[in-house]
Amino acid sequence: MKDKVLVSPAPHIHDATNIPNVMWNVVLALVPALIASVYYWGFRALFLSLLGAITAVCTEALIQYLRKVPIRVSDGSAFLTGLLLAFNLNVNAPWWMPVVGAAFAITIGKQVFGGLGNNPVNPALLGRAFLLASWPTLMTGGWEATRFGSVNGISNLSLISDQLQTIAPKAHALVTSATPLNIAHTLRDTSFVNTFTQSPALNTDIANKIFISLTDGSTLQNLFWGNVAGCIGEVSVFALLLGAAWLLWKNIIEWRIPLFYLGTVAVLTFIFGGIPGSGTSFSLPIFHLFSGGLILGAFFMATDYTTTPLTKKGRIIFGIGCGVLTVVIRMVGGYPEGVSYSILLMNVFTPLIDMVTMPKAFGKVKK
Amino acid sequence: MRFFSEITKGLIKENPMFVLVLGTCPTLAVSTSVINALGMGAAVTFVLICSNIIISLIKNIVPSSIRIPIYIVVIAAFVSVVDMTMAAFLPDLHKALGIFIPLIVVNCIILGRAEAFASKNNVLYSLADGIGMGLGATLALTIVATIREILGSGTWLGIRVMPNSYEPMLVAILAPGAFFTLGFLMALMNRLKEKRA
Repeated sequence: MKDKVLVSPAPHIHDATNIPNVMWNVVLALVPALIASVYYWGFRALFLSLLGAITAVCTEALIQYLRKVPIRVSDGSAFLTGLLLAFNLNVNAPWWMPVVGAAFAITIGKQVFGGLGNNPVNPALLGRAFLLASWPTLMTGGWEATRFGSVNGISNLSLISDQLQTIAPKAHALVTSATPLNIAHTLRDTSFVNTFTQSPALNTDIANKIFISLTDGSTLQNLFWGNVAGCIGEVSVFALLLGAAWLLWKNIIEWRIPLFYLGTVAVLTFIFGGIPGSGTSFSLPIFHLFSGGLILGAFFMATDYTTTPLTKKGRIIFGIGCGVLTVVIRMVGGYPEGVSYSILLMNVFTPLIDMVTMPKAFGKVKK
Repeated sequence: MRFFSEITKGLIKENPMFVLVLGTCPTLAVSTSVINALGMGAAVTFVLICSNIIISLIKNIVPSSIRIPIYIVVIAAFVSVVDMTMAAFLPDLHKALGIFIPLIVVNCIILGRAEAFASKNNVLYSLADGIGMGLGATLALTIVATIREILGSGTWLGIRVMPNSYEPMLVAILAPGAFFTLGFLMALMNRLKEKRA
């Protein structure tokens, strides 16, 4: 009997959808982001992405062969994991990073636990966490400018005084070499800001001017289209939203997690998202939603079937939890970006959330 | 003949780290480099041999209700010897191993062998058990440390073995790397055992 029936994880709902269909649709939904990345950085983005995906598929096939289980790499789940892992890399990353990361993601993130449907956390994000812990400098530095020369996404440079380089070379170096979230994170560090110049008042002024140009309308436009340095798959909000809309329309992902995730981040960053002395404005939540890997994470990683709650209430809790953790890491933590760790942490809580929110069976009497 | 089988059982068949899974806390913590692992292994082996001998000698006069505190006093005495000797002659290694030298007192391998073996067997076999278990622990520590040091620092015993272009995989010398290495080695051991059976 065991050989004839494919044992699969719950929920066992009879429907025309199947795993390959879902996985390849998600891959398809990521294609716009990949195209945007190739447009901004050239074919190296495509090369690294395919390298990650192909390594993941080969690793999965090899391990399934060693485990003597049917080889099911054509279901696309490994391809998707490898692609998402590569999407989390800097376009300047050496070629072996997607290879090592994808192999780790599949081996320790997935197959060690018994393969698809048994992994406790998102394998692609685990692979990213592994790479970040192993090669922190390669993962967080050396950002490549887009073909339009944009690293920080700031296009309205007039807001930053032209004399910034002469007045405060440190501030100038920061603005020209870092990603938007990195800049925001560093500006929140008052002890660093106070090393800009001799005068504390001028320092605060410089920090605020940089921050204003960072959350300026033209910068937000750059963030929306993706004309900013960052990981391969995360930069173009527009392309990611196209893919997300496709998945929502095809009913492949459900709206609750992304909505509550993004909503929580928006509300919290409206209140806390600035730098000391910047006050609040409606551009703050937009800045935080558009920068970093939030859109990629909310629609493509926090919606993974295996590692997120099954119940509707559970998904709301999951989304809010991810949002709170992301904002806490961005605002208080040591890293400028917290999407990957917040999703990983909430993945760990998923069985607990499912247990607490499991609905009462119809007719069941409370004891 | 049994003397030798008591020694060899500790190496593979009842390896304290991979099979008994005792004393993994210091193993995971100090196996970041081979030199630390060898130092720790030597310290553990010394304490294990000495405490096994003493405990098997006094096993008949120790009241069973207070045997654990008495074993710990014996073990702590030898740990103090190791601690002070190391501090005097190998200050660098002593500094690198830090708190994990005093913590040998509560290492499960040593108390475990005292309780499970030395308190039930004669001096000769207890000595053999101590040697075997000590060498087994040292072997396991060295294997884990070899993998971690090569991956995490690109060196072995401080000598560079990886090409200069190799970017050290930092996670290998962090705590998760220890768990991954130990986990995979245990899986490998179980696999080999399964095949033999």
